[in-house]
Amino acid sequence: MSDHKPVLNKGGTLSAEASHEPGKWNWRSYRIELDSSKKGSAWWIPIVSVLLALVVCGIFIAANGMNPFPVYKKMFTGAFGTSYGLTETLVKTIPLLLCGLGVAIAYRISVWNIGAEGQFAAGAMAATAVTIYFPNMPGILVIPAMIVFSIAAGGIWGLLTAIPRTYFQVNELVTSLMLNYVALLAMDYFVFGPWKDPKGMNFPGTPMFTDAQSLPVLGDTRLHLGLLFGLIAIVLYGFFIKYTRWGYELRLIGANSEAAKNAGIRISRHILLVMLISGGLAGLAGMAEVSGVTHRLMYGISPGYGYTAIIVAWLAKLHPIGLVVSSFLFGGLIVGGYSVQTIGLPSSISEMLQGAILFFLIAGGTVSKFRLRRIR
Amino acid sequence: MNESYSVEMRQIVKQFGTVVANDFVDFRAKPGQIHALLGENGAGKSTMMCMLSGVYRPTSGEIFIHGEPAKIRSPKDAMQLGVGMVFQNFRLVQTLTAAENIVLGEKSSFWRGAKWMSNKQQEIEAIAEHFGLSFPVNRPIWQLSVGEQQRVEIVKTLYRGANLIILDEPTSVLTPGEAEQLFATLQHMKAEGKTVILTTHKLKEVMAASDHISVMRKGKLIHSMGKTDTNERELAKLMVGKELGESRPFLPRPQGRRLLEVQQVDVYADHGRKSLDHISLHVNEGEIVGVAGVAGNGQKELAEVLTGLRSWKKGTIYFNGKALKNGSVRAAIESGIAHVPENRMKSGLAGSLGIVDNLLFKSYRTKERSRFGFLRIGANRSWSQSLVEQFDVKTPGLETPVQQLSGGNQQKLLFAREVHQEPLLMVAVHPTQGLDVGATEGVHRLMAEMRDEGKSVLLISEDLDEVIQLSDRIVVIYNGQIAAEVTREEADREKIGMYMAGLQDAEEEAG
Repeated sequence: MSDHKPVLNKGGTLSAEASHEPGKWNWRSYRIELDSSKKGSAWWIPIVSVLLALVVCGIFIAANGMNPFPVYKKMFTGAFGTSYGLTETLVKTIPLLLCGLGVAIAYRISVWNIGAEGQFAAGAMAATAVTIYFPNMPGILVIPAMIVFSIAAGGIWGLLTAIPRTYFQVNELVTSLMLNYVALLAMDYFVFGPWKDPKGMNFPGTPMFTDAQSLPVLGDTRLHLGLLFGLIAIVLYGFFIKYTRWGYELRLIGANSEAAKNAGIRISRHILLVMLISGGLAGLAGMAEVSGVTHRLMYGISPGYGYTAIIVAWLAKLHPIGLVVSSFLFGGLIVGGYSVQTIGLPSSISEMLQGAILFFLIAGGTVSKFRLRRIR
Repeated sequence: MNESYSVEMRQIVKQFGTVVANDFVDFRAKPGQIHALLGENGAGKSTMMCMLSGVYRPTSGEIFIHGEPAKIRSPKDAMQLGVGMVFQNFRLVQTLTAAENIVLGEKSSFWRGAKWMSNKQQEIEAIAEHFGLSFPVNRPIWQLSVGEQQRVEIVKTLYRGANLIILDEPTSVLTPGEAEQLFATLQHMKAEGKTVILTTHKLKEVMAASDHISVMRKGKLIHSMGKTDTNERELAKLMVGKELGESRPFLPRPQGRRLLEVQQVDVYADHGRKSLDHISLHVNEGEIVGVAGVAGNGQKELAEVLTGLRSWKKGTIYFNGKALKNGSVRAAIESGIAHVPENRMKSGLAGSLGIVDNLLFKSYRTKERSRFGFLRIGANRSWSQSLVEQFDVKTPGLETPVQQLSGGNQQKLLFAREVHQEPLLMVAVHPTQGLDVGATEGVHRLMAEMRDEGKSVLLISEDLDEVIQLSDRIVVIYNGQIAAEVTREEADREKIGMYMAGLQDAEEEAG
């Protein structure tokens, strides 16, 4: 048995002295202490976080002289109330679902990939490169080639983070974030420079894709085949995690990496593979966006899907079905944000809500590790 | 009450949950005294001192400082009473300078004046010089050696006006030269009339540095005496106790063939320190070999090397007639080495995963448990169920996160997994740590059963009773080397205790 090493914050980082008057209620007779048996991942945290975010943002809306209830109602009907709104929400769901799944896989083994935005851009660029450099490729090959190139580009962008992390202990938060700017600026270079549409009247974008280069859409909506990519990826993820050896290894690393080492699992290899997949999914999202929605690569193609994906993954608690629900919710939040513009509010309300949700999610994870205990 | 004691702790009891760390301990020390608190790891020395310095509060008992009853509720209270403690792992801010660390937390007005810091530095330098504790006051802590950092900690207590200074295992991080220097400093403090208490398990230091010695064992204070009234032999005896292990329940067996042979192996710990030094040992089939030793003498590294978690530099290890692959966990698992790690929740089990996933750890690659990369979910469930029943693991269900099980059931689960692998050798590190009596017995029985089936166990434990009770052969590890080897028939607590404490001449003295 080891000696009891003193731990300064053991039992009560926020302790107050015990009151010695029994029976009388006194805040000092309670203390908040870390309960090591709790893991800070209660199921109710995502739900409470969303509700609290709505309350806090409601206060801001009220402070702007609006009644928050009609505003939320407007957002809700804008996003989910009409068939147009619903398909638009689904269109926004696609990149969130793919990017969110990508980061969720990395988070499973505690690799903090915040580079989905850059990996998304890398995939979008690779898909566009196919249309620029192989304009005469036979129609049946174009879409598969765009898919393969975009996944490869996103995956390589992910590896640029994973390799330094694995071999040189470089913090992946820093590299993945920095690589976002590299990818986004590279994209700006292409759309303002060599790939700019000569007939585009100086608009920073490539020429429009041909029909063979575009993903099929549903009827006359903008909803495209990318939704299927997302759903297939989710099903595969759920299946692999639960039923395969590889998924088991990921679960083990995520739950306790020390123990995983004891089981003979080489963690560094897993980090490389997982970042390849994580980046590849974000890259595929980039392809789906250019080929399915905008039909060209253009300036400002992502309203921050890669960053919103981080919140999507946390809200889903990395669970496959949760990912579908939360990406749909956040897709709706983006569309709802556009619809409140008609009543004179900025669409950044949806960004405010996103930020508030993430704030409460993270706070909830920490707060629920503590408990209130009465001192006798 | 005797006024001449600077500190008096009376009838101190400290419980952590159901574990009693201190059991009605009386402890007192006088000013101008270097008082050594001697005991094995887990004897309760540090807990006692943490109560004196306000880190813990006693469950019951009283503390008197200079004859006055004292309520020590926090390290701040202790500081006001003149009690300062130097912890084993230092409490310093790495990026601040030594002087900044020492004045940290000091109350003063918002604007302290331009000269404030340089005045403080001079003050600190004066204290340091007075006690012979030199270190560069203006350098950030991370640039200082471990010995210098310790001096900063000591000066910190002195600067804050401590006249009762507690040093917890002070020499565990020091080189012999630095230790000498530390002892000289302690003499200085003693001459100033300060009370110095040091906790240690090293007998030689106790005899070299202290005036008065109190020995603790298993939460109790066994004996307290002046240095001149005792000797190393008696202290070793007091430290490890005299009571023999319970009657040994199994019969001597014929020795099987040699299973594990470690030859002249060198291993370096994380910070480049040599932790195993040309170590050689062997384990035969059908025997339990106990490795006795005080923590930090290379046991951890020995277990890690055998289970593939750490690679070795020189020498060879043969296992089951073949050379063991260096640093490969999977090779170790596949050649039949099971591992019960030191801290089951840290590295043995995944707390948030269920029973099935935790049982699959070592076997999920076998074709019984998975096929073509897919886990055989149904088969694995019924297999887990049968193991749970066979090993009597009490759990609400197969999906219950194992962190919700009791320590004893967690350990049973871990043993179920490791034993089911049908290993040839089990490396068990502190397998009964933190378990109650019943669970401990169960674990002992499992290891005895393995042995009776012709398997081998390398039992690494700090609990000498456990080692003596179970082992067919005992090796004592000291400073990364095997200091002694005794068979169960020759096993003698006293002698083993002296080897554990590094008294190499024990043999001659005893003989």
